[in-house]
Amino acid sequence: MASKVLAGKTVEVNEEGFLVNPADWTKEIAAELAKEEGIAELTEAHWKVIDFSRQSAGTTGAAPTLRGITSGSGVSTKELFSLFPKGPAKKVAKIAGLGKPEGCV
Amino acid sequence: MKKIVILGAGTAGTMVANHLTHLMDLNEWQITIVDEDPIHYYQAGYIFVPFGKATEKQLMKQKKTYLSSKVRMLQTKIELIQPENNKVILQDKTVLDYDFLVIATGCDIYPEETPGLGEHEWGKSIHSFYTLKTAVALEEKIRNFQGGRIVVNVVENPIKCPVAPMEFLMLSDAYFTQKGIRDCVELIYATPNSGAFTKPVASKLIGDMLDRKNIKVEEDFYIEHADPDAKKIISYDERELEYDLLVSIPVNKGADVVGKSGLGDELNFSPVNKSTFLSDKFANIFVLGDAANAPTSKAGSVAHYAVDLFGENFKRYTEGKELEEKFDGHTNCFIESGYGKGVLLDFNYEQEPLPGLFPVPGIGPFALLQESRLNHIGKLSFEWMYWNILMRGRKVPLAPTMTMAGKWTDWEKRFNVA
Ligand SMILES: Cc1cc2nc3c(=O)[nH]c(=O)nc-3n(C[C@H](O)[C@H](O)[C@H](O)COP(=O)(O)OP(=O)(O)OC[C@H]3O[C@@H](n4cnc5c(N)ncnc54)[C@H](O)[C@@H]3O)c2cc1C
Repeated sequence: MASKVLAGKTVEVNEEGFLVNPADWTKEIAAELAKEEGIAELTEAHWKVIDFSRQSAGTTGAAPTLRGITSGSGVSTKELFSLFPKGPAKKVAKIAGLGKPEGCV
Repeated sequence: MKKIVILGAGTAGTMVANHLTHLMDLNEWQITIVDEDPIHYYQAGYIFVPFGKATEKQLMKQKKTYLSSKVRMLQTKIELIQPENNKVILQDKTVLDYDFLVIATGCDIYPEETPGLGEHEWGKSIHSFYTLKTAVALEEKIRNFQGGRIVVNVVENPIKCPVAPMEFLMLSDAYFTQKGIRDCVELIYATPNSGAFTKPVASKLIGDMLDRKNIKVEEDFYIEHADPDAKKIISYDERELEYDLLVSIPVNKGADVVGKSGLGDELNFSPVNKSTFLSDKFANIFVLGDAANAPTSKAGSVAHYAVDLFGENFKRYTEGKELEEKFDGHTNCFIESGYGKGVLLDFNYEQEPLPGLFPVPGIGPFALLQESRLNHIGKLSFEWMYWNILMRGRKVPLAPTMTMAGKWTDWEKRFNVA
């Protein structure tokens, strides 16, 4: 476990850069994490997915899977890949300040 | 009589049934198990079939031989579960009442979920080995393969035995080398993961191993569709991969009946408490094995550790006591790496796989996250253990929860990694 300064706040992150405490998350931190993932600016479409994921984690306590996001948020898989290139489920989880999606050992 | 109904008589269902006949007072409890297929398949043996190292017949046994005579076995399809009424409806119209229900209906492959996959080239240039039938068909294809590019593609996670695709590639490397045509065979692993494995240390060490064997990894590859005529697969981010032979691990989904009965998630896996396997929705339903959505590997070894802990816990629960949150996600998997060697992984929900020795620290005999001949022998002897110890409901002298003893947290120093 390491700590790191994101958007002026010291937060704990794990070895893959995921926030350890979802409560540390702020919108500003999300924007910085997005930059780390190669997303220069978070648009409304990005926020729709991030907001859905944080909401879904609130009830189940876990970051949603790719299918969870598409069936729950109404954003298509194709669109998700253009918003969060390469591994969208993992990137969304990271930017939304949630743990890595489980169930993918 | 109070009633326990178990759905599915595969790995988990058989173990649960046999454990419960030892644990429960059978003057008070009746145990019924339902499965539509009279054959119990040894799925961990499928990986050997395409290389001619196991036969179809060898991996099939009669389910009833492995079930205690104290269990009532019904052979028919399960049509619907009505959890509000504590009833299960079978295809032959029988209605079963239960006090407690154990769902162990496993999961299966669904090639039809990906456009182009399960169509006219299925069984020709597109194969799988995730069912006995597909593994047998692939054997002929591999035997006659003269050279070209083999792409192994995992469509989506989770899948059963997540290391099996890599085993397939490593066994292919050895097979074509021995055949003298390895130079003409290109081996590619197209995976939705960002590496060989999801956890960092294993991903690095297994990734290095694939590299040494000249197996290329195409990371973050989420297939959108296959083009069976052009013989290529296309990802959502529009990468194209051509193949001569596509070995696909299609979407794995839980049984339709789980979804239809309102007990499943998007992939028909049933949400449970990951330490007790109690259904999130109903206090008298448990889900064990691959059917559950617990974030473990979907493997027989996991089901075995889980069932070992489940039995006593379940009994206490029927006596009105609280369930103990015991299961830690303990997983063992033997990975065949070719040339009579294998690698062993040991991990749980919290702890990623590390190098070391297992089960006895400093002694082994199994080497964790390193190739050894004994690990291969371990994999082969698992078959004997499976049929003679696990399926009989006997206890293996191994702790069901994971231990850090024998794991090398200083592996980088030992391996001289900078
Ligand atoms: C290629 C491959 C390699 C593997 N390698 C390994 C390995 O090396 N080590 C390891 O530990 N595990 C391995 N596994 C995984 C292991 O086989 C499974 O995790 C294990 O069998 C799961 O047990 P289960 O009881 O949950 O499901 P299963 O054993 O699949 O049993 C499910 C049962 O439910 C029945 N069923 C389902 N729906 C219905 C219905 N509607 N009506 C009636 N009956 C129904 C089915 O007929 C079946 O008998 C491998 C799997 C595969 C495919």
